[in-house]
Amino acid sequence: MLPELGQFSLILAFCLSIILGTLPLIGAHRNNVLWMSLARPLSAGVFVFLGISIVILTYAFASDDFSVQFVALHSNSALPLQYKLTAVWGGHEGSFLLWTFMLAGWMLAVAIFSKSMPIDFVARVLGVLGILCSGYILFMLATSNPFDRIVPLPPLDGTDLNSMLQDFAFIIHPPTLYMGYVGFSVVFSFAIAALLSGKLDAAWARWCRPWANVAWAILTIGIAVGSWWAYYELGWGGWWAWDPVENPPLITWLFGTALIHSLAVTEKRGVFKSWTVLLAILAFAGSLMGTFITRSGLLTSVHAFASDPSRGFFILAILGITVGGSLLLYAIRAPLMKREFGFDLLSREVFLLINNVILVVASASIFLGTLFPMIYQALTDDLISIGPPYFNSIFAPLMMLLVLFLGIGPMSRWKRTSTAYLLQQLGKVALASVAIGVLLPLLVLLEFSLAATVSIALAAWVVLSIGKDVSNRIVNKPTPIQGLRALSLSYYGMQAAHLGVAVMLVGIGLTSYFSVEKSVLLEQGQSIVLAGYDFVFIGSSAVNGPNFIGEEAEISVLKAGVEIEVLHPQRRIYTASGSPSTEMDIDAGLLRDLFITLGEEKQAGAWSMTIYVKPFIRWVWLGAIFMVFGATLAAGDKRYRRLRQRRSERARQPVAADLQPAI
Amino acid sequence: MKIAAASKKSLVLSLTLLVLMGLSTHLTQVSAQVDTFQFDTDEQQERFRRLSNELRCPMCQNTNLTGSTGGVAEDLRREIHRMIMEGMTDQGIEQFMFDRYGDFIFYRPRLRAETVLLWFGPLIFLIIGGFVAYRIFRRARALGEKTITLDESEQERLRALLGNKQ
Amino acid sequence: MGLAILLWRGLYLDPKELPSVLIDKPMPAFALTTVDGESATNADLPDQIFLLNIWGSYCLPCLIEHPTLMRLSEVGEIPVVGVNYSDRQDLALDWLDDNGNPFAFSILDESGRFGIDLGVYGAPETYLVDADGVIRFRHVSVLDETVWAQEFVPAIAELKAEPGRLE
Repeated sequence: MLPELGQFSLILAFCLSIILGTLPLIGAHRNNVLWMSLARPLSAGVFVFLGISIVILTYAFASDDFSVQFVALHSNSALPLQYKLTAVWGGHEGSFLLWTFMLAGWMLAVAIFSKSMPIDFVARVLGVLGILCSGYILFMLATSNPFDRIVPLPPLDGTDLNSMLQDFAFIIHPPTLYMGYVGFSVVFSFAIAALLSGKLDAAWARWCRPWANVAWAILTIGIAVGSWWAYYELGWGGWWAWDPVENPPLITWLFGTALIHSLAVTEKRGVFKSWTVLLAILAFAGSLMGTFITRSGLLTSVHAFASDPSRGFFILAILGITVGGSLLLYAIRAPLMKREFGFDLLSREVFLLINNVILVVASASIFLGTLFPMIYQALTDDLISIGPPYFNSIFAPLMMLLVLFLGIGPMSRWKRTSTAYLLQQLGKVALASVAIGVLLPLLVLLEFSLAATVSIALAAWVVLSIGKDVSNRIVNKPTPIQGLRALSLSYYGMQAAHLGVAVMLVGIGLTSYFSVEKSVLLEQGQSIVLAGYDFVFIGSSAVNGPNFIGEEAEISVLKAGVEIEVLHPQRRIYTASGSPSTEMDIDAGLLRDLFITLGEEKQAGAWSMTIYVKPFIRWVWLGAIFMVFGATLAAGDKRYRRLRQRRSERARQPVAADLQPAI
Repeated sequence: MKIAAASKKSLVLSLTLLVLMGLSTHLTQVSAQVDTFQFDTDEQQERFRRLSNELRCPMCQNTNLTGSTGGVAEDLRREIHRMIMEGMTDQGIEQFMFDRYGDFIFYRPRLRAETVLLWFGPLIFLIIGGFVAYRIFRRARALGEKTITLDESEQERLRALLGNKQ
Repeated sequence: MGLAILLWRGLYLDPKELPSVLIDKPMPAFALTTVDGESATNADLPDQIFLLNIWGSYCLPCLIEHPTLMRLSEVGEIPVVGVNYSDRQDLALDWLDDNGNPFAFSILDESGRFGIDLGVYGAPETYLVDADGVIRFRHVSVLDETVWAQEFVPAIAELKAEPGRLE
């Protein structure tokens, strides 16, 4: 009975979102305040009913209701409770419900935190979100209903959750990824609302920025957690595989990164307005494209979601209608917004423009590489593989170029910067970075390596130019503390995120070139030396879990004769599905990770295993943490709150839709 | 009516499951493979690592030879090891793979007429991007010249930087 | 717009459909033994159109297609040569004892090298080879009656209809 209630609740949410997608929009068009003011309560209603649905589905998992097909396919009575709960997003139907619920969550957040915005704007934003929401729910009801029953003969037990998904990172990866993805729908709705009303001004950019920053930060977490998961779960030390399913989040992320930079220019200088709107549409298109690729089985990948052409067709229709429609709207409305201000060749505007060009080119290139196998197959009827070697050789140079400009951008001034000023400010920084890049690896490794030099030099370039910029800003203040206090949160946010780029760069550069690995066959008591560590195989024992059986090896790690860690890699067989799984053990450290993957018992007592030493791998995710921290700081800048107070006074006056920029 | 539809669905479902379980050799579990190949030199080991990273496991969904267990991936790794130990060049090994599996096996697509778009696409994007940026900038500078007065030497430098005959 | 059409078309392509580069190429040379221990080279292959089936005792789907292969060999519709790919001789013999032997003979390929020369993805796979020993068609995964009727029968008819062929 309960699952039917869940489905009923889903239908109610659909009805409400249909109303949300129509009445407030019409109201905004006709200046009908009553209809516009329906937007907030309707959003809350959609949230509540989707919430009821997802709670009921979760309960079906918790109570082992295998008559629900989705539960039967993704759970098992022996599955530990925490994985039963997260199995809700362990398959297509449930994860789409989660996705839609996230969208409703964002809608509710907009409804609550929009008191300062004019009601017509709120009505338009929520109306657009309502249209999206009704599209998603319709998709669920039509092609992927999580509440479908198996009648009349429900199975006695479920087929179990994919063993790779029975993991902590999987508890957080999909929700954060979806949350970030869907967050860009909010920014998209802001853009569409601006196009509809024709009011695209600095105030709009100000409303938009915190939302864009938060969505971007959450997407960053989602991608980073996914990469971390791949690192320790797939078991061969890879942390980014350029998989067709990994790429769309990155494409969205790159568009999003371009967007938050372009929004900064739009807010501060009133330029790049139509470009900013286009980026908001592209970032959203990227997120939908990601869904399309994952759900349609269009491209084969390790993330094998059940694929079904009818689903792909439906998502393609949503994609075509929303993106096509918004691009059409953009084409009609954007020319009306060309009221821009001038700037010089050497100006922060131009550096941010370069930033945007590089990010968009990188994004487009990944898009090309991701879809090319399909283009190729359509044209030649043959298959082609495009993998890491291709993407790395395209992406790395673009990112290096980006980092070069990253050093200059924050240092340059709006409108116009003189060459002499930039040279004076950054000349020494550049020399020092090159010197550090050449000398540091040389001193530590006693050998020259181009890869290490380039990554260290670029990281030094970012760090030193940040230092220089900060010191410039506080030098005129009576004391450094006062100077630091005078800097805005959003400035700190920007620099923290940029520092994150440097940290990530060091991580990627060093771990890619200095990781070592060795596959060995060890008998009890035997040891092997790798990168200055002794790995001694102590022995193996059986280890059984609630839903798996397996074996565990014990390896003692010594450095200079002193034991620093004992590692216990495992090899498991999940009993319900019979699928094998390797559980590596990792000794994580800021400077290096040691990790061991257990192979199999080749002869009695002799196990094969692969030992990896990966320097600086943690810095890849540490950099992401800096970025998230930075974006969060920037979103919390008090000028957004000040603005709210000012707007709330102004909002009482009737709003005139005009095409004039407000500054 | 609804029950009939549902039971039909469950029939389809169980058939699907049966086929999926049956095809288990094709849906290889992605998890690391641990080999114990012996090499004479570190350089050979490094070549082995690079080749198994850049070649695709043909039967897997999307993983390289390093990241997959069992079946043909294991045999291919053994073949690569054998060929390295017999002194074959990387090119020779890649040709060997191409003759048997075609372009599908390379994660680094070879430059051919069909892949020109792939390899030069990013460059084309960069040129388009640069051109669009230049146009935005030129319009902005035109606006800027109305509001900012540049002195003679600055304008001179600007022209020189742009190579523009305005 | 073009992209939308492309994506729509993409929905109907199956990226799991694996082409073979060996189509229209002669069978790779081999000098191995059969599962029964007799020598087997290219000269032992039938002088007519035949099926080359890749199988292994570890391969569950091979059991699904096994009745079809049995029927084909029992009615003498077409000779079937097996390649026991990446397996062990004793396990292979047990498997044939348990399930019946549809093969004229089975090439024992314990190292998997012959399989790699054929460009196999994994058992089961079935090749259609013509009388000159040239590979003409390949099917990856289970060969059941439907696949037989829909893919192999027309392919064989086409081969037989080729000019200059007197079969």
